[in-house]
Amino acid sequence: MVEKPLIELVEVTRVYSLPSGDVVALDRVSLTINEGEFVAIMGPSGSGKSTLLNQIGCLDRPTSGDLFIRGKNTRTMHDRELTSLRLNTIGYVFQKFNLIPLLTAYENVEYPYLMKHRKPDDTGRVDTLLGMVGIDPPMAAHKPPELSGGQQQRVAIARALVNDPALILCDEPTGNLDSVTGHQIMGLLGDLNRKGSTILMVTHDAEVAGFAERTIVMRDGRVV
Amino acid sequence: MKDIILALSLRSIRIHFLRSVLAALGIVIGVVAISSMGMMGANMTLSVTEELSSMANNLVVRAYTGGSGFGGGPGGGGTSGSGDEFITESEFREITKIAEKYGLVYGVQSESDRIEVGDRKGRATVYGLDDKVMPSIFSLSEGTFPKSTSSVVIGPTLASRYSLKTGSRIDIGDPDKGGTMTVRVVGILNERGMSMDVNSDSAIIADQKLFNGIYGREGEYNQVNIILNDINDTQKVKSAILDKMNRKEETVTIQDSSRMLESITSTLSTMTTFVMAIAGISLLVAATSIFNVMMMSVTERVREIGIMRSIGTQKSEIRKMFIYESVILGVIGATIGAILSLAIGWVVVLAMVGSTDYFFSPSSLVYIPSAMLVGIVICVTSGVYPAWRASSLDPIEALRAE
Ligand SMILES: Nc1ncnc2c1ncn2[C@@H]1O[C@H](COP(=O)(O)OP(=O)(O)OP(=O)(O)O)[C@@H](O)[C@H]1O
Ligand SMILES: [Mg+2]
Repeated sequence: MVEKPLIELVEVTRVYSLPSGDVVALDRVSLTINEGEFVAIMGPSGSGKSTLLNQIGCLDRPTSGDLFIRGKNTRTMHDRELTSLRLNTIGYVFQKFNLIPLLTAYENVEYPYLMKHRKPDDTGRVDTLLGMVGIDPPMAAHKPPELSGGQQQRVAIARALVNDPALILCDEPTGNLDSVTGHQIMGLLGDLNRKGSTILMVTHDAEVAGFAERTIVMRDGRVV
Repeated sequence: MKDIILALSLRSIRIHFLRSVLAALGIVIGVVAISSMGMMGANMTLSVTEELSSMANNLVVRAYTGGSGFGGGPGGGGTSGSGDEFITESEFREITKIAEKYGLVYGVQSESDRIEVGDRKGRATVYGLDDKVMPSIFSLSEGTFPKSTSSVVIGPTLASRYSLKTGSRIDIGDPDKGGTMTVRVVGILNERGMSMDVNSDSAIIADQKLFNGIYGREGEYNQVNIILNDINDTQKVKSAILDKMNRKEETVTIQDSSRMLESITSTLSTMTTFVMAIAGISLLVAATSIFNVMMMSVTERVREIGIMRSIGTQKSEIRKMFIYESVILGVIGATIGAILSLAIGWVVVLAMVGSTDYFFSPSSLVYIPSAMLVGIVICVTSGVYPAWRASSLDPIEALRAE
């Protein structure tokens, strides 16, 4: 298999300027992730894992350094282009789930589909995904505040997958799940990876990290 | 297609129902204010126009008094009665000679005087007219036109104010200045409304002989009226009289109702615009409240906006969500306002104009859709900045909001 870099970080630094002083959340991180890889990111709390994922997920721009996606520097891209990258190419499972509170679980999963295809899902994809993460139709009719943490997490995973993203970013996808459900989710991610998706996953759990083929460890904003 | 952005706007409005209703209420009030003021103006214009154009074939000739007091300098001879405010007998004859082939020409004398009916005192205009022309100008609701030199006809407003009937007696004149004269009412006229030839509704109409008997003003006419047979002769007759009478100096001016109509209509429309502008202030207040509600909505939904942006929602979609929200508020407010305008406008028109005959005419009803449009436009305009604010939030910052 030819190794094609999907993501390339070159000396990426992210500094948060706060009234209490600057926080260097990422410190000259250089990293390459090839297409089809399954990478786990580990490291203590506050080491910059989520910040790194936000950079790769095109949610944020580097303070300095460059980020290339499929060889294209994100610095040269406009907000419009980055937004459609987030919609079509990247599926992001947030640490805090980030479901839209006004929409039901079903509608939350359908949302990116509607944004992309401009029509409701008539392929049954939303239902299939909800079934795969173990959310049955009655539960899918509930709004996020009415769901448990683990249920919200599973809805968030289904939403991230609805547009068949080439790159899946997961920020502790199993953090709120029991070990059985956690294993099911990991199995699902493993399947997707075998079908060609590139997966980047933050986790604190060494066993979960074992599903990945490579593990990156971060400390104080650096890859060690 | 299923518009999820629209669904989100609707849900946000529903969740903050009371707040949204209050914001829309401002628009309701604004739309009602503007459209009922507009309809009032339109109805006023329509009814005045109608009233005046029924006598558009009237020309009124008056003595020239305008401009400087030196208008008719000393020693002015000829046809001039210059300096005074009357048309002289010879001028009257001259006008008659020019205009009689185009219609009816008659002189009008008038005085405002004290009157007494029983023990009620007051003032009224007394007109002196040739009794032969009275039937062509007025119509009677009861009685006859004056035949003897001590009988008069009166207008309906005067009749009802003093409870006068045919046979009633009126004392004209001031007992302290030249004494009084008692006249008998023999007829009551139909209502004529406001006009420029003879305002008969609250006046006493006497024969010329009686008038001159009281006031001793033979050959002094306040105005000479011409009722044209053909309205198209207006300009021809006007210029013929002016050419002849004003050859040496200004002695007469001629008023025709088209000019009067024009000036009244333009006065009314200025007035309407002014009242509507004042009503417009209420829409400005409404705009502020919509703006406020939209800003609150944005602030409250910062996190939601962050989520939407982070999963690939374009800025334009976020803007659309808030614009939708303000459009919905505007449309609801303006629609309720339009419905209420029909009722409130009707009441206002009835109270201010006195008749709702023209309420459903297009030029009156057009104010409802116009006011709606203004209301919606204002609503949308007040939503633009909040929508822009929402769309330009930084996703990372927005996601951290609680
Ligand atoms: N939006 C922000 N504004 C300011 N500081 C931030 C922001 N996001 C992260 N930080 C800071 O950057 C550092 C790295 O944070 P980050 O969220 O990347 O850590 P993490 O490795 O994901 O931790 P955890 O395992 O607890 O999720 C922290 O010190 C944090 O306080
Ligand atoms: Mg984190």
